[in-house]
Amino acid sequence: MSVLDMIGPVMIGPSSSHTAGACRIGLLARAILDATPEKAAITLHGSFAKTGRGHGTDRALVAGLLGMKPDDGRLPDALAEAERAGLALSWSEGNLGNLHPNSVRLALDGEGRHTTVVGSSIGGGVVEIVEIDGVGVRFGGARHTLLVGHEDFYGAIATVTRVVADDRVNIAALSSNRDRRGGEAVMCLELDARLSGEALAWIARIHGMNWVRMLPPVMDEG
Amino acid sequence: MAGFTLRELEAVPGRASEWVLEHDCAETGADPEAIRRTMRERLGLMRASVTAGLASTEKSLTGMVGWNAHGLWSAADVLNAPLLRRVQAYAMAVNEENARMRRIVAAPTAGSAGTVPGALLGVADHLGIGDEALVMPLVLAAGIGQAISRQMHISGSAGGCQAEIGSSAAMAAAAVTELLGGSARACVHAATLALANSIGLVCDPVGGFVEVPCVSRNAFFSVHAVCAAQLALARLESFIPPDEVVGAMASVGRMLPPELRETGEGGLATTPTGLAVTARVRGDGS
Repeated sequence: MSVLDMIGPVMIGPSSSHTAGACRIGLLARAILDATPEKAAITLHGSFAKTGRGHGTDRALVAGLLGMKPDDGRLPDALAEAERAGLALSWSEGNLGNLHPNSVRLALDGEGRHTTVVGSSIGGGVVEIVEIDGVGVRFGGARHTLLVGHEDFYGAIATVTRVVADDRVNIAALSSNRDRRGGEAVMCLELDARLSGEALAWIARIHGMNWVRMLPPVMDEG
Repeated sequence: MAGFTLRELEAVPGRASEWVLEHDCAETGADPEAIRRTMRERLGLMRASVTAGLASTEKSLTGMVGWNAHGLWSAADVLNAPLLRRVQAYAMAVNEENARMRRIVAAPTAGSAGTVPGALLGVADHLGIGDEALVMPLVLAAGIGQAISRQMHISGSAGGCQAEIGSSAAMAAAAVTELLGGSARACVHAATLALANSIGLVCDPVGGFVEVPCVSRNAFFSVHAVCAAQLALARLESFIPPDEVVGAMASVGRMLPPELRETGEGGLATTPTGLAVTARVRGDGS
């Protein structure tokens, strides 16, 4: 967390948790889908469900899904922008479990892809993505983030970190989880720089790797 | 654990803000000059929010606020307390801009965005200090926020209003203290005094909107920050050590029931008037 997260972000009001944080969760979910979303089923949890509309959370989430940043002047009109962009929205409120009160689940479809992302806005515009396609993860989008969805097998992490090392990129934080033994796993590497296209392609070719995403940092705009 | 404690910051021999900047750049790899440049830009945005907010009487989305900053700024100074009036008006100007869904600088949150510019720009303008001298105090304000967030989430939903406005007042108090020549120790104690005297404030916004009581609360806590700076500059200190005060606030935040943590289910939000406004704005009541 940088000093620019404390005096900042520069954002459209009225709430850093409910507007800026929500927008960033939308941006990260869009980057995880890696496509222009055409359908979004949005489930608001806790305080997001109770006061989300008052704080503009709905508009901010959608703004992020449309690729807008928290300081984008079009954010207050995001729902109308979504209609123009052909993004179909459905809303519900639900208990997503033992999560931070400002949490949301985004089930996205676009360009033939589908993903379900759960994220929390934990204060001052800082966010955490806590689940992707049912697998627990934990990253904040403050750094370049490499996500790899893969089959759960021995050596999976070592083969990926070998490629990252050969690309001469340093790993700042690393986490990994799976839905069950031998099932679907997601590894999450927070990096000090973006991985090269060659390295990403190399990882995608490794046997057992299902998908690879290189997410840009979402905390340094403004 | 990443970050630094207030005890470490308090012991810095030189300017506390310089130490915060060095520490931050070592951790993130950022260029100190780039951080200073961005802070300078954000200071300019704060200044723009103050100017726009003092001039505007446009109502917020719900119509609950929008004329407070202008109203105070154009009223007679009956107390003959120009610093007080300036600090309050600046703070509300920023928060009313926020409630109009305009672009603001969160400090550390949007709901508490008026406190730091209210206190820092208010004091500087009162004393005739130029904006360039405010850049590093703003970095220190951010550093105080970092040290607080080491022990607790800075959000009304996690810790009540104390976590938001208490943090913003602590940040502002340290910034004003450094601006007026206070040592690192004085800056940290200014922040601590501000924080210790914010413990227990609940987050009960009417209808869930960042308007009532948020706008007036920024006026109150920008003055609270100046009060803390005044004590610390006279070498008064917090009896309870700084990091212990943060810990106390974090523990109180955990004790607060969910109804008083930004859910709009208690306090001012559930007064008859609060409920009526909520029903009207959401369009699901009379």
